[in-house]
Amino acid sequence: MNALINATLFPPKKLRVATTSLAGCFGCHMSFLDIDERILKLIELIEFDRSPLTDIKHCGPCDLGLIEGGLCNAENVHVLREFRTHCKILVAVGACAINGGLPAQRNHLDLRDVLEEVYQTEPGLSHGGVPNDPELPLPLNKVHPIHEVVKVDYFLPGCPPPADAIWKFLTDLLAGRTPTLGHGLLHYD
Amino acid sequence: MSDTDMIDAVVERHHRDGARLMQILRETQEQLGWLSPSTLTAIAEAIAWPRAMVEGTADFYSFFHTRPMGRYRVLWSDNITDRMLGNTDLMQAMCKKLWLEPGRVSEDGLVSVDTTSCTGMCDQGPAVLVNYRAITRMTPARVGEMVGLIRSEMPVAEWPAEWFSVDDNIRRKDMLLAHDLVPGQALAAALERGPEKMLAEIRDARLRGRGGAGFSTGQKWETCRNAEGNGSNAAHYVVCNADEGEPGTFKDRVLLTSHADLVFEGMSIAGLVVGAKKGLLYLRGEYRYLLEALESALATRRAAKLLGKNILDTDFEFDIEIHLGAGAYICGEESALIESLEGKPGRPRIRPPFPVTHGYLDQPTTVNNVETLAASCLIAAHGSAWYAQHGTEKSTGSKILSVSGDCERSGIYEYPYGVTVRQVLEDCGASDCQAVQISGPSGICVAEGEFDRRIAFEDIPTAGAFMVFDETRDMFEVARNFAHFFAHESCGFCTPCRVGTTLVRNLMDKIARQHGSPYDIDELFKLHRLMQGASHCGLGNSACNPIFDTLNKFRPAYEHRLMSLDYEPAFDLDAALSQARQMTGRDDAAAHLQNEAEA
Repeated sequence: MNALINATLFPPKKLRVATTSLAGCFGCHMSFLDIDERILKLIELIEFDRSPLTDIKHCGPCDLGLIEGGLCNAENVHVLREFRTHCKILVAVGACAINGGLPAQRNHLDLRDVLEEVYQTEPGLSHGGVPNDPELPLPLNKVHPIHEVVKVDYFLPGCPPPADAIWKFLTDLLAGRTPTLGHGLLHYD
Repeated sequence: MSDTDMIDAVVERHHRDGARLMQILRETQEQLGWLSPSTLTAIAEAIAWPRAMVEGTADFYSFFHTRPMGRYRVLWSDNITDRMLGNTDLMQAMCKKLWLEPGRVSEDGLVSVDTTSCTGMCDQGPAVLVNYRAITRMTPARVGEMVGLIRSEMPVAEWPAEWFSVDDNIRRKDMLLAHDLVPGQALAAALERGPEKMLAEIRDARLRGRGGAGFSTGQKWETCRNAEGNGSNAAHYVVCNADEGEPGTFKDRVLLTSHADLVFEGMSIAGLVVGAKKGLLYLRGEYRYLLEALESALATRRAAKLLGKNILDTDFEFDIEIHLGAGAYICGEESALIESLEGKPGRPRIRPPFPVTHGYLDQPTTVNNVETLAASCLIAAHGSAWYAQHGTEKSTGSKILSVSGDCERSGIYEYPYGVTVRQVLEDCGASDCQAVQISGPSGICVAEGEFDRRIAFEDIPTAGAFMVFDETRDMFEVARNFAHFFAHESCGFCTPCRVGTTLVRNLMDKIARQHGSPYDIDELFKLHRLMQGASHCGLGNSACNPIFDTLNKFRPAYEHRLMSLDYEPAFDLDAALSQARQMTGRDDAAAHLQNEAEA
């Protein structure tokens, strides 16, 4: 009886979730979609805020933020800060968000040399000079993993994390369990 | 002599034996200055080892270089006690005078200046190693003179002799340091008893290992004695662990300087008990200067029939060889030490099997601390009943402490087990003491309220280090020095320790730069738990001890450095756009990133 009253008076609140891809390849989002028909079960438990799936441009108050990709430019930093401000729990999803990943391979090069080579000296390009339109976000000297700029609550490794890992991670989180990925769900190829 | 002839001569002297690779590399480097690729190839061919294995060993140890490091290599001991004596300023002054950056070789290939882990001269620092020779008590004047000698390329052997003097500084003697044994006396008593009875005496004396862990020596010797040798080269070995690398420890240096006979005699007694014909003394590279004296002490013992065949006209045969390490703290761990004795990188083995059954060359091996072996002579000479009267119930005998830091009389203090921290502090003249780091960075940090605790296996076990910090010291900086030490000394074999020690170091540096937040403190606790549980050996297990202790006992030293209660990045975000601003010529608002606090 009590359970019935509780269910009527306090319908289980759906968790509000935002996702974004910073300096990533959307591979983690694709892997997320690989949970296939389980997304129908998931959507009973969550609703999406800002996400490539909803095309909402800015993030409102959320329970959970999933970040794919690291930080390679100023805009990434702004988006990440917006997520941190609005999400109670922030998760670094995939190798790039956790370690910088593939984009961070430029870190052993000086950014000035990179820009010079791409826009000024490399043969075959238009040599229009380094783009300086104020609309364009400036690249950071180095690519950083997101935990170097904001506090990150959980890390979900993999390149990409397999759909089963994402599913396990989210269902753990929704059920109030500390997410743990056992053997088989942690792999990097 | 050409380089090739020189290498041949060295390799020949070591019977082309790959297990002696450490000694081959060291002797070659002492003559050629560094280990070039062609040198390594020549050595690999001569000992018939794959070149990669030879290079693996040469690369692993700090004191071997596979690139030229200058004709003069100056290494400043960088223990916290050296820091407290002002080594940072002295090293900077030296670099300035030589127009050098630390860690870089001068353009003319003359000299390089860098830091190294504690060289065991904490009671007479700041200390340096020049071409691996120990020099104590550096002063600004000495720095000036030394720079002059280096510039004029005066050979190190001709430098002022008083620079190389190392004092024992024995301040308090007890049963061990005040022994009245003459060489051969303890061994004769042991031979008289025979191995079984001698083993029983050691067991009855309840002798425990002095390296810190306190394992029962009797049990170790018994297991080793009972183990069968393996294969065609079956034999038993005794190894004396003189790789005294724990920062702040220097008691073995003093034992080997002034009581070498006692140590060698202890090794012989161990040999008698376990049935070994050969003992190996693993001497840390920092104590290279002791080698000649120790070799001559061995020669004297051989001449006196205390080593070799038919010792004291019995059937007992035993001889001792000295192996030098090359600057790797990890080799204090017994299985890493054995790997090093076999010419390999010092990486701890997976245990079991333990060295007592599968040790040096896969044979039963007992590895004992210098002080344990010396103590066994007392038991041989005076019997277990006499020995067990000293100390406490579970910690019989005495312990030698190496006292350094903020006190009037640093040096060597021997006490019966059970002495309080407060007693030691009184005796060494430490006033206004706020903390003592006992047993080095991997030991425990004792704060003022705990000074009545006792040095004994029942309470505070120790390998001997006793570093005193007075009220003026910043315990955060002490812990940060230790974090750097462990990051440098991790052998790199297992991920929790290799990555963990570096993460801890980076977090401590972040807090030191005043970029820290409570988040970083949580991270330190998390890493402590993770590394303690997941590391391969004791180094990783204990690497966070100094941070855990100081966080619990001196938390405000951390907190007053925190930037805010929110998370803070470790670097300046706006500066991270500097190169792009320079290349695009932009300086508009969007070309800047404000700090979160201002945003």
